[in-house]
Amino acid sequence: MIEMMTANYAAAHGARLARADVVAVYPITPQTSISEKCAEMVEKGEMDAKFMMMESEHSAMSALIGASYVGARTFTATSSHGLALMHEMLMWAVGARRPIVMPVAARTIGGPWNIWGEHQDVITERDVGWLQIFCENNQEVLDTVLMAYRVAEDPEVMLPVMVIEDGFILSHTVDSVDVPDQEAVDRYLPPFRPEHPVSIERPMRHGGVVMPDWWTEFRHRIYLSQEVARTKLLEAEEAFQKEFGRSYGGMMELYRCDDADAVLVVAGSAAGTAKEVADKLREEGKKVGVAKLRVFRPFPAQEVHHLGKKVRTVGVFDRSYTFGDGGAMFNEVRSALHGQRNNMKNYIGGLGGRDVTVKNIEWIFEDLLKIASSGKVDRTVEWVALKDGSGRW
Amino acid sequence: MIDDPVNKHYKFTIPREDLMTPGHSACPGCGEPLALRYLLKALGPRTVINLPAGCAAIIPGVWPRYSLKVPLVDHAFECTAAVSSGIRAALDKKGVEDVTVVGWAGDGGTVDIGLQALSGAVDRSTDFLYVMYDNEAYMNTGIQCSGATPCGAWTTTTPGGKHIQKRHDKKPIMEMMIANGIVYGGTVSVAYPEDFIRTIRRAKSIKGPKFIHAYSPCPSGWRMDPRKAIEVSRLAVRTGMFPLYEFQEGRYRFTKEIKKRKPVEEYLRLQGRFKHLTPADVAEVQALVDREYEELEAKVEAGRR
Repeated sequence: MIEMMTANYAAAHGARLARADVVAVYPITPQTSISEKCAEMVEKGEMDAKFMMMESEHSAMSALIGASYVGARTFTATSSHGLALMHEMLMWAVGARRPIVMPVAARTIGGPWNIWGEHQDVITERDVGWLQIFCENNQEVLDTVLMAYRVAEDPEVMLPVMVIEDGFILSHTVDSVDVPDQEAVDRYLPPFRPEHPVSIERPMRHGGVVMPDWWTEFRHRIYLSQEVARTKLLEAEEAFQKEFGRSYGGMMELYRCDDADAVLVVAGSAAGTAKEVADKLREEGKKVGVAKLRVFRPFPAQEVHHLGKKVRTVGVFDRSYTFGDGGAMFNEVRSALHGQRNNMKNYIGGLGGRDVTVKNIEWIFEDLLKIASSGKVDRTVEWVALKDGSGRW
Repeated sequence: MIDDPVNKHYKFTIPREDLMTPGHSACPGCGEPLALRYLLKALGPRTVINLPAGCAAIIPGVWPRYSLKVPLVDHAFECTAAVSSGIRAALDKKGVEDVTVVGWAGDGGTVDIGLQALSGAVDRSTDFLYVMYDNEAYMNTGIQCSGATPCGAWTTTTPGGKHIQKRHDKKPIMEMMIANGIVYGGTVSVAYPEDFIRTIRRAKSIKGPKFIHAYSPCPSGWRMDPRKAIEVSRLAVRTGMFPLYEFQEGRYRFTKEIKKRKPVEEYLRLQGRFKHLTPADVAEVQALVDREYEELEAKVEAGRR
C-alpha cells in the first residue's frame, strides 16, 4: 500500500515488518521520530516488540547486544553524537557477531552544535566492522531495513548493518512509500535463529577473553564475513526484486555511465540530484554519468575498478571530510583505481545541512568535463561552494 | 536444609551442587570466586550472568576454557545493567520467566563508570539481580582508587603517608539504589556464606530490580596475607565497617546483628593499605564508621516500629 511518510517512519515500518523483537532507543535529532514511531506502533499493538527507553545510546546498543545473544531480532536508531557515544559498543557488536540493524539519520558531530545533515558521523565509523548502506530515498530506507536483516542474520555473515539516511533531507521529508504486506515480508525474511544463543540447556560463555594466540583468527573471520557479505547483499537484493519488484543497483548503481566522459561518485540523497543533473546535461549532449555508492562497507572495490576502466575521469563527492587528507570516499575510490590512469578529483560539500543544489552538481560536472578534455586535474581536493570561493584556490 | 547423603546426622544449609567448577584463575585469597560460587549455589542453574571488564572477566577462564555451568555474556565496562536489561527483554519476549538475570560487576564498574546504566535499569523496573562485588578499588588494572575505596586507604592513585587523599568514605551505593527505586537491597560477605545464600535467595524470590553489595577481599590490593582474607572479612562485619543488612518495602533489617562492635583498628592493622594511618587518622575512620553505623541502626530501629 502506498503511503506518504518520512524516511524515519519508513525505517520504523521496516522494523515492524521485520518483526523486531527488542527495540531499545535513546532520543537524538534527527533520528528521534524513528524511536517515537516504534513506541507508537507498540502501544497500538501493531508492533509486537519489547520496547525499552534507555539512558544513553551506549546503553541502547549494549541492551541490544544482550538481547540478540538470547536470540531476539533487535532494532535501534541513532545519529551523530549518539553514534559516536555508541562507538565502543559498535565494535563490541561486531566482535560479538550480533546481527543488529540500525538506521542512522546521518548528521554532523559538534562542536559547535549543528543538528543538520552530513555523513561525518557514519564515515567516522567506517572501520568498526558494520555493513554500511547509504539510501537515496524513503522507499529505499524501508526496503533496505528488510534486506539488512536478511544479510546480517545469514550464518556466514552475522554482522550488524547501518542503514544510512540523510538527516532531515530524508529523515524529515515526506515522500510516497510502498509499504509491503506482512505476508510478503514473512516470505522474504525468515525468523532469526542464531546457531549459538544464550541457553540454559547448553550453557556457554559468549565473548570471554581471547589471548594473542587466537585473536588474529577471530578478527580474520570477521574480515571473511565482510567479504562474503558482498555476495549475500546481491543475493538479498535479487530475492527482494523477485518478491517486491524493486531493486537499487547492487553495491554501486551505475546511472548513464556506459559511454560517459566523466562520472561523479556520490552517496545518499545527493545521488538523486546528481541523476537529475546528468539527465539534463545529457540532453545538452554532455556525456556524464552518476555512480551511486550504495554500499560503503564492504567497499565495492571491484565495481569501482570496473567503472574506472570504463570512464577515464572520476569525481567523488564527499559529504564528510578527513582533516589532514581528502574525503574518505574519495580516498577509497582512488585506492580501488590504483594503477589505472584515471583523472580523479574530490569534491567536498553539503556539510552541516547545507543543500547540495542542482547548481552545485552542474558546476562539478562542468569541472569534471574540463578535466576530461584537458587531461589535467587542477587540484585533488576542492571544497564546493564556499562563501568566499576560497575552496577553489 | 539439605541432607548430607553420607553423614546422615549433618544438616547442610548450603547446597552441594557447584555451578562453578575448579580451575578458575583468581589470586590466592581472592573473595570473588567464593562470592560467585555462593551466588550460583543460591540461584541454581536457571541463571544467566553478564559481566563487564574486571577481575570477573578473567577468573572464569580465558577462551576456550570456562569454569561456570551457566551461560555468561561478556561486555564492555560501563554497560552491565544495560546488557542485563537486553537479556531480560529478550527472555520476556520469548516468554521465559523462570530464569534469573544477573549483572555481576566490580565496585569501579558499578559506582563509577557503570552507575548511569545501573540507574537506568532500576528506573525501568528491570527484573534482574545486580551484584556489585566490592574489593574497594580497580583491582584488575592494579589497585587504583574507585568511588568505593574507603576513607584513608592507600591505592596507586591515592598516595598515603602525609598526603592521604581519600578523606571521605565510599559512595553510599546502597542508599543511592534505594533512592533510585530498587525493590530489594542486601549486603553480603564471603565470611558469612549462609547469610550470603539466604540473602541471594530472598532477592531471587522478588520481581523487579534488586541490588546486592558483596564484600570481596583482595589480598593483593589490600596488601595483606591471603590466609587472612576471611578473618579480615569477618572483622569488617564485626567492626561495623561492612554491616550485613537488607532493605525491603521501606524497612531495613540487620541480617547479622553485631551486639558489640570491635574497634576498627583491629580491621585496619591487618592490611598494608592502611599502614600509613596515624592514631589520629584511625580515630577519624572510627568516628566515620560510628556515625554511619548509628545512622543505619536508627533506620533499622525505625523499621521495627
